[in-house]
Amino acid sequence: MTAAPASTADATAPLTRQRSSLYAGNTGAVIRRGLLATRSTNYLVVLSGFFEPVFYLLSLGVGFGALVGTVQTSTGTEVSYAAFIAPALLAVSAMNGAVYDSTWNVFFKLNFSKLYQGMLTTSLGPLDVALGEILLALLRGAMYAIGFMVIMQVFGLNLAWTALLAFPAVLLIAFGFASLGMAITSYMKTFQQIEWVTFIMLPMFLFSATFYPITVYPEPIQWMIQALPLWHGVELVRGLTTGALSGMMLVHVGYYLVMIAIGIVFTTNRLRVLFLK
Amino acid sequence: MPQPVIAARQLTKTYGDFTAVAGIDFEVAPGESFGLLGPNGAGKSTTMRMVGAVSTRTSGELSILGLDPDDHGPDIRSQLGVVPQQDNLDQELRVRDNLLVYGRYFGLSRGVVAERADALLEFAQLADRAKAKVDDLSGGMKRRLTIARALINEPRILLLDEPTTGLDPQARHILWDRLFRLKEQGTTLVLTTHYMDEAEQLCDRLVVVDKGRIMAEGSPAALIREHSSREVLEVRFGSDRNAEAAGRIADIGDRLEVLPDRILVYSDDGESALETIAHRGLEPLTSLVRRSSLEDVFLRLTGRSLIE
Repeated sequence: MTAAPASTADATAPLTRQRSSLYAGNTGAVIRRGLLATRSTNYLVVLSGFFEPVFYLLSLGVGFGALVGTVQTSTGTEVSYAAFIAPALLAVSAMNGAVYDSTWNVFFKLNFSKLYQGMLTTSLGPLDVALGEILLALLRGAMYAIGFMVIMQVFGLNLAWTALLAFPAVLLIAFGFASLGMAITSYMKTFQQIEWVTFIMLPMFLFSATFYPITVYPEPIQWMIQALPLWHGVELVRGLTTGALSGMMLVHVGYYLVMIAIGIVFTTNRLRVLFLK
Repeated sequence: MPQPVIAARQLTKTYGDFTAVAGIDFEVAPGESFGLLGPNGAGKSTTMRMVGAVSTRTSGELSILGLDPDDHGPDIRSQLGVVPQQDNLDQELRVRDNLLVYGRYFGLSRGVVAERADALLEFAQLADRAKAKVDDLSGGMKRRLTIARALINEPRILLLDEPTTGLDPQARHILWDRLFRLKEQGTTLVLTTHYMDEAEQLCDRLVVVDKGRIMAEGSPAALIREHSSREVLEVRFGSDRNAEAAGRIADIGDRLEVLPDRILVYSDDGESALETIAHRGLEPLTSLVRRSSLEDVFLRLTGRSLIE
């Protein structure tokens, strides 16, 4: 697209060139900026997202759960209803935090405060910005999740020592949603389009084997649910907190790794096209 | 001329069918204050974005500090200071933090950035506002903060896109004073403007741009000398009589420019031109003799006004 002057001086040049124009190794500056900016954040708004899954746990897990009794996990273990839905809600809280931050907040910074545009007139590359902002969104998801895990511990819903591993698992889940969320947001032009994300998230939250085993669905619907990211998060965390481990967990982890990679690649490329073309 | 810090040859940028910049040539010497003067939509901002290494050229050659922006975007950007047309200060950060955080984007250490931030707040006359919220600053203060921010990496070239557009006269003069100091310190300034007075005050040399092309190049004084007379007589006869009066005074002065509301008579001696008009029994409603400006140069070159 550009008339590059003919130069064959160094065959390795284009490769290093590509990397340096995308990444300055200074993601830290983007993260520090984000942390400093949270000082002016309205914490009431931040906390509202945290309480949503907590309220579900109280009303459905504790209240409704008294009627249900026990439920079978995918590996056949019998657990109390509250212990069944709590890990799912933990995954949801990680998702919520990451998605709120990577959609609404990112959209604002992208289109109104022109933050990324400003960042990319410095020596920062689009990958520095993408990675920094995704990690910040992940942080919010992680904060929600840690709070939720404390509540689970208080209610005695962490049934096995492997529940400790749920922490890195929720980080992974938050990373995945933050990464994909920011990628999707970077293509959006209006606030209305973000409403679509909310519109998709609600049914995904309700139907991803969150409140009952996936086996209640006929096979084709099961396949559909299993294609969506939240189900993998729910199953991964549920296996860890209930101690029902299985080889499928590696698939869940793999799903999120792919999601993270896709999100970063698309976000970086989109920032480059928007601000460096 | 020493090695230029910016060299553009046949620089072109197209967006689909639209040609924003149509093959322009210019060079900027170190320490020079260089201006791109033209109306809105002339391609000034697009040129600035290419020089700022945030927009890739469609064709032509461009060298910034001896580097090709296609290959060395980050290296070039690390040595530039950018003042965009619209303030993009970080609203979520306080005044001083804006400088600190921005400096860190360049990978500068905390200590270096802190020291420079204090000096720059002083320079921008914002030292007493260090802890203020950006939103609470006036338009002029925001611009000064944006300029201070652009200087945090001690850039070799400062790019200013319409630096005083939207500011009141007093704020403009304060800003010009600051920019003039930078110029005296030897900072290379590249600015776009559609204000002729700004170009005359700040630019050693400028190019007049219209529709993506360079129409003329030179110092403000040389451009005026070359493309206009020393003085201009502005006369108004009232909108319905202008055209008729123009016919009767067409031979006075070097040249006549008939605008909807007034007639411009280009002459080296405006007063005597006015006397001649009076002798012919014509009585303008108002008359004004002034020196030629870049506005007249632009009108001469393009047949249009700078501010429409």
